[in-house]
Amino acid sequence: MDEKKTAWERLKLVHTKGRPTIRDYIPLIFSDFYEMHGDRFYGDDKAVIGGIASLDGTPVTVIAQVKGRDIDENKACNFAMPLPEGYRKALRLAKQAEKFHRPVICFIDTPGAYAGVAAEERGQGEAIARNIAEFMTLRTPIISIVLGEGGSGGALALGVCDELAMLENAQYSVISPRGFASILWKDAEREEEACNIMRITAEDMVRLGVAEAVIEEPLGGAHNDLDKISENIKEYLLHKIPEKCKKDIDVLLKERYTKFRKIGEFTE
Amino acid sequence: MFDDFFNVVKLRFNGGDVDETPSFKCPRCQSPVPMDKYEELHRVCPNCNYHGRLPASERIAITVDRGTFTELDSDMISGDPIDFPEYAEKQKELRKSTGLKDAVVTGTAMIKGVKTVIGVMDSNYMMGSMGSVVGEKIARAFEYATENGLPVVLFTASGGARMQEGIVSLMQMAKTSGAVKLHSDSGGLYITVLTDPTTGGVTASFASLGDVIIAEPKILIGFAGRRVIESTMKQRLPEDFQLAEFMQEKGFVDMIVERKRMRATLGHILELHGYKGKEV
Ligand SMILES: [Zn+2]
Repeated sequence: MDEKKTAWERLKLVHTKGRPTIRDYIPLIFSDFYEMHGDRFYGDDKAVIGGIASLDGTPVTVIAQVKGRDIDENKACNFAMPLPEGYRKALRLAKQAEKFHRPVICFIDTPGAYAGVAAEERGQGEAIARNIAEFMTLRTPIISIVLGEGGSGGALALGVCDELAMLENAQYSVISPRGFASILWKDAEREEEACNIMRITAEDMVRLGVAEAVIEEPLGGAHNDLDKISENIKEYLLHKIPEKCKKDIDVLLKERYTKFRKIGEFTE
Repeated sequence: MFDDFFNVVKLRFNGGDVDETPSFKCPRCQSPVPMDKYEELHRVCPNCNYHGRLPASERIAITVDRGTFTELDSDMISGDPIDFPEYAEKQKELRKSTGLKDAVVTGTAMIKGVKTVIGVMDSNYMMGSMGSVVGEKIARAFEYATENGLPVVLFTASGGARMQEGIVSLMQMAKTSGAVKLHSDSGGLYITVLTDPTTGGVTASFASLGDVIIAEPKILIGFAGRRVIESTMKQRLPEDFQLAEFMQEKGFVDMIVERKRMRATLGHILELHGYKGKEV
């Protein structure tokens, strides 16, 4: 593990060209991945992919936000900013997993849900809300992993889970540091300062009760050794999935609810 | 109150019309409405029917049966989960200047004789943003309703997440939506009343999860802010974009109800769901 880096240094790492995306990870972590398309209402959002796969022989459902590795891929997947139909596809596949008693593995990697006319017209807020509520009572284990960027509600829509893991340099935040600086200080240029006080690192997430695990990245970041980071993710899943599957589902759901229920700081 | 006073003073010193009385400028039709008239109409624009922002206390007063409101968790105040500079001080000041403890008031009350759990968000407190207190009070309100077999009526008004609470504010979306889901699974009725403005993380959580979703006329409902969308699209959006009528057209609002009909409408919907009013 790297010695301590600032949140800003980690943010730079997450945005390094060549940082692995879900498309790099899937063949190294799973076998027999069959992608499934569409939300059955409107269309097939390319910012979210999903399907069934085998994790060392265990059938699982994989749902992931997709970053592009170059400008063409990024255009195709809308820079990993899902539309409502992306979230509705995710929910459809999660329900399918519930029916066939498959655990769900969500990979989060998004700057946020898409903000635009089409998204508003098709109910971006409703789509995210519905996922959050439905995932809370989905009767099958859910593990979520933040690969790079966990951007706001757009990330949380795949983030209601039994356990959340962060890659070592990944970040999870209510708004981008740039957005934060621009709204609170009316100065987007104070991005770095915002980044360092917002508490968005993997370590912060564990401390605040948002994440339970940190997956170690190779020295210098995930892009330096794709095989190694894939192995680390796989190892984590091979350990965690059976553990969650063994639990009584009602106990698991109660623990899932409690995990989120206890986050917050107040006095009375 | 003092703001209005200072506006009048300012106007006089700036050479404004000496006879000018304090007025409210409608954000929809831009016409000025004399403040006393606006308040008398419970903050509805007489010109275009825009339904303005109400303080929580006034909303409760015009919604529930007189004298039946009992507040829940009235002393809850926010912590400072990410040690954000000046957040604690700002909270202290706001509590003093607004008389509110945070951006939501919850409690139980009778609506047309039906015992109901009610929650009212107040945009006067940090734009109704959702942090630990809003999340906790709303979750508890739903849990209370689930335990006691009560319906929930929630008036939403929010600019989104409380950024000063960082990721903790985001997690309140999960906390509240989870509590709504358990209430729903227990068979409870949840009526959402969207009021001006309902946006961001509140839209993307409990505001969109009602069994029945009502909106007041001309109010703003959205996930992303208009300016954010305009700046990415580099073009102006139509005036009615994200207004209640637009969102109803797109299929996300069951009915648009005027303020003066709200109490009666809520009473009827509660009754039609089998919640019996007590004979008075
Ligand atoms: Zn007007």
